[in-house]
Amino acid sequence: MQAQAAATTPIMKPFVTEARGAVAPAESATKLRVRNLNFYYGGFLALKSISLDIPEKRVTAFIGPSGCGKSTLLRTFNRMYALYPEQRAEGEVIMDGENLLTSRTDVALIRAKIGMVFQKPTPFPMTIYENIAFGVRLFERLGRGQMDERVELALTRAALWNEVKDKLHQSGNSLSGGQQQRLCIARSIAIKPEVLLLDEPCSALDPISTGQIEKLIDELKEDYTVVIVTHNMQQAARVSDYTAYMYLGEMIEFGPTDDIFIKPKNKQTEDYITGRFG
Amino acid sequence: MTSTEHLSKQFDIDLETLRSRVLQMGGLVESQILSAIEGLSTGNLQLIEQVIADDHRVNGCEVSIDTECSHIIVRRQPAAGDLRTIMAISKTVTDLERIGDEAEKIARMAKHVHERDRLQIPRLADINHAGDIAVAMLRKVLDAFARLDAAEAATVIRDDLAIDEEFRSIVRQLITFMMEDPRTISTALEIVWIAKAIERIGDHAKNMAEQVIYMVKGTDVRHTAFEQVEREVLS
Repeated sequence: MQAQAAATTPIMKPFVTEARGAVAPAESATKLRVRNLNFYYGGFLALKSISLDIPEKRVTAFIGPSGCGKSTLLRTFNRMYALYPEQRAEGEVIMDGENLLTSRTDVALIRAKIGMVFQKPTPFPMTIYENIAFGVRLFERLGRGQMDERVELALTRAALWNEVKDKLHQSGNSLSGGQQQRLCIARSIAIKPEVLLLDEPCSALDPISTGQIEKLIDELKEDYTVVIVTHNMQQAARVSDYTAYMYLGEMIEFGPTDDIFIKPKNKQTEDYITGRFG
Repeated sequence: MTSTEHLSKQFDIDLETLRSRVLQMGGLVESQILSAIEGLSTGNLQLIEQVIADDHRVNGCEVSIDTECSHIIVRRQPAAGDLRTIMAISKTVTDLERIGDEAEKIARMAKHVHERDRLQIPRLADINHAGDIAVAMLRKVLDAFARLDAAEAATVIRDDLAIDEEFRSIVRQLITFMMEDPRTISTALEIVWIAKAIERIGDHAKNMAEQVIYMVKGTDVRHTAFEQVEREVLS
């Protein structure tokens, strides 16, 4: 009887998950378009023909076992690898119509648009205020009042302002680990980037600081495209809109986070997220 | 669904234990229905009383399996096929417990019918037939659950249409009896409630079948026409 009454109700199809080789969740505009990306550490091929579209103003998480290439992929987005002569990338990482890998744009300008926060908090050995202002001065000339405003704005966006507003001229190193990490995020957003790359931002933090950073990530996606690498699958499930599973330098599956964690298409993805990998 | 083992052997053991406890509960519920229907046809009051007394065992299974589901969620944060298994089990035990309630209901009605030594209604054969379909559906869905067989689960959903038809036919026949001989009305009404209880068992078995399909295929087929369910299962 129920079946007859519901005859016209369609099956609720989850958002289509793209498996292996496919590129795009089409629901949101693409911020970074990666095509056929190969990456070499000397003679070692660490990324094998990666193609994916990072959606704008969404959180995309890369997961996978150690050595799968997720941090390497993140580091190609702002040419962090260019610091090491033996590392090179082939293919395309396109933002605003320009291939970042071959662009003649100054890497400092690319990194201003695509900020990065690392695993361990890395405050500069200077005051909290100067930690923020230092980066801003590289790109903009601001008066004292404007700079004060920018520092306050960045610290507020990074949910740190209330905790540090009375000690802006103390050393950044005097803060706790979680506060230092939020200071690093504030430093990145002070120069108004478009993309934020987070490389295991919570792995050195306690659960409360981790919770604060995760809340912050959720707020930041209103204004920024966020890409996060994490070893913690529950964290990927909590904070991201899209998840990519990588293994041995290949993109195995990329799709909406709910699909990846409830109904992955690829058996390798399922084995990894259910703890059958090994 | 994937069959390889978890890195944590304990997780495998926990999941396997949980699945076998669902099957044990299913076995208990099945015997409750069989006894209730037998009690109805034979008037064996001892058997009927036993069904009523044993319902608390079914309730206990529901509570303890659900508690175990919560423990696994807390300890393992299951994902993908494991998550679907836990979700499906938690819903399945609710349906099993309700089937247990229906069996108890049938037993209580049977007690009324036989205690009052009423005029026997000659439609008990039809009730038995509907009961057979319901028990077969339950067996089949438990088998589909044990073997992770979505196709077999889909046939249970189809069988529910048959049991619904059986119920309507019993009601039509009873109405005829009641019109012919008003003295049968009060027993006939009790038989209607029994037929309704059997029909509800079919609905619960169907719900369980939908959970098996969700567990295996990852597709939620609740409130969906049977043809669509079939397409989904075969895809």
